[in-house]
Amino acid sequence: MSVGTGATRRDLVRVAGAQGFWGDDLEAPIRQVEGGPVDYLMLDYLAEVTMSVLRKLKARDPSAGYARDFVPLMERIFPICVERGIRVLANAGGVNPGGCADDVIEAGRAAGVAGKARIGLVTGDDLTDRLEDLIAAGHELAHMETGRPLADILGSVRSANVYLGAEPIVRALGLGADVVVTGRCADAALTYAPMIHEFGWSFDDIDLLASGVVAGHINECGAQSTGGNCLADWWEIPDLATVGFPIVEARPDGSFTVTKHPGSGGRVTRASVTEQIVYEIGDPRAYVTPDVVADFTSVRLTDEGPDRVGVHGVRGRPPTELYKVSVAYSAGWKAVGTLTYSWPDAAAKARAADVVLRERLDRLGLAFDDVRTELVGWNSTHGALAGEPSAETPEVQLRVGVRGTDRAAVDRFTREVSPLVLTGPPTVTGYGGGRPRVQEIMAFWPALVRKDAVDPHVEVAVRDV
Amino acid sequence: MTKIQLVHLAHARSGDKGNTANVGVIAYDAEAYHLLAERLTAERVKSHFGSIVKGEVERYELPNLGALNFLLHGALDGGGTVSLMNDAQGKVLSTAILRMEIDVPEEVAAAARGRGRVPPGWTPPERRRSGG
Repeated sequence: MSVGTGATRRDLVRVAGAQGFWGDDLEAPIRQVEGGPVDYLMLDYLAEVTMSVLRKLKARDPSAGYARDFVPLMERIFPICVERGIRVLANAGGVNPGGCADDVIEAGRAAGVAGKARIGLVTGDDLTDRLEDLIAAGHELAHMETGRPLADILGSVRSANVYLGAEPIVRALGLGADVVVTGRCADAALTYAPMIHEFGWSFDDIDLLASGVVAGHINECGAQSTGGNCLADWWEIPDLATVGFPIVEARPDGSFTVTKHPGSGGRVTRASVTEQIVYEIGDPRAYVTPDVVADFTSVRLTDEGPDRVGVHGVRGRPPTELYKVSVAYSAGWKAVGTLTYSWPDAAAKARAADVVLRERLDRLGLAFDDVRTELVGWNSTHGALAGEPSAETPEVQLRVGVRGTDRAAVDRFTREVSPLVLTGPPTVTGYGGGRPRVQEIMAFWPALVRKDAVDPHVEVAVRDV
Repeated sequence: MTKIQLVHLAHARSGDKGNTANVGVIAYDAEAYHLLAERLTAERVKSHFGSIVKGEVERYELPNLGALNFLLHGALDGGGTVSLMNDAQGKVLSTAILRMEIDVPEEVAAAARGRGRVPPGWTPPERRRSGG
């Protein structure tokens, strides 16, 4: 590794998806680097909620604030990545990408690859400390759905990060980075940045970039494209214990094949890939990323044999002048309590207990923005579509949640659940977990910001291990 | 014409964007897609979900994938981190839509019957031993 700078030219680039969120299968990246040939490993750690959690951690400990799992993982896989020339891209940096990069360098030294690898660091996505200046300069950061200006809740904001595009990642690869650590970026960019770098695509090659975006969308949720959480004929999908994570085999013309390592579990079919393509999309003709607006109605899938699905024909439109910003802000408190009621008439008992609980909350004068009751085992997944429960239903779990701005009220609620065991309807159990936990609600404020307010702050640094 | 549950004609996956859930419905074959594209209107889906979906239902077509994408606005009690729902991210609304019944020709219903559900008598496979 670390010999080349500048773009290279190959006919095929294999980008392996290895984490779909922080908390995903820890062994998956190992299986991806050991199970067969790959060129790049991409790890997506950042769900929306993750950034605010990381910011909370960093407030307590300035060295924290990134996906810690990434460091021991790199220590494990550094030698094989160096030996095989596998480059790693991860948004593990969270709200502290610099600290993450420092610790990855330490991990590299501990793994014995000092002098044999370079670490790239992308920063500039974090707007948290710039919000006041941006608002003063006329950037409203209005809520994308409600249109409310961010100034209304500025005091409650905990984090604000831009979804950066592939350009700084490509720059880091061009500078010879073998591991690229980013904070917030478009998840898909971790997959298509290597294609831009390897194939020499330009940011004006709109259809090629759109292909890369579709590849990234298929790669970014880990095994969700290779048989995990796949509804179609799920009982026939083999060996999920050792499920193979996706590998995108990309070609310079933008076409690619979705596959997984031979011998791994799971299954790659048009059905498994299609389920992932439609996952968390809005208007399929306009899948907006920082680099291109991809048209998912142009995607063509072909069967290329067992566990191989070809993708081609993807079209796109030029990107907008705006980046998406994800702002996390404190929006009160919540808690959820549960109790389990048994046959006979389990649902009737649970409903009666809910009435008792709510009357007690009223009598205590506790005010909440919302109190929600669901019966797990009956209506907590499909609501009223589940119809009426049978009196013979073996058991149901009463699940009551409250939320509001008064933390003391939410805290008092957590003390009102277990008394129902001795003071409410009969045959109840399942209170062993203790009192419910009060959680601060981190709400999300999606907004847009002009790219020219962000780009001058984006920096790329590359250092030796 | 006869009524059949959507679960026999299509599979689905759902997820969230804020307080909106998206449900992608994927037909098992081209014939089923044409039926769904014709009959699974935004209005019908809105009416199926009733009070579960507080806002509008938008529908998009992906004929290239034999799929329809529905956006269910206001279905998640405020969305991922705010919501008090067990399914705060709408992960299983995919199967809620598959409860719908639609009218299809008899022969389509006959061919589809049983599809999409675990076959009778199926049992989970034996656990494999590591190294085995």
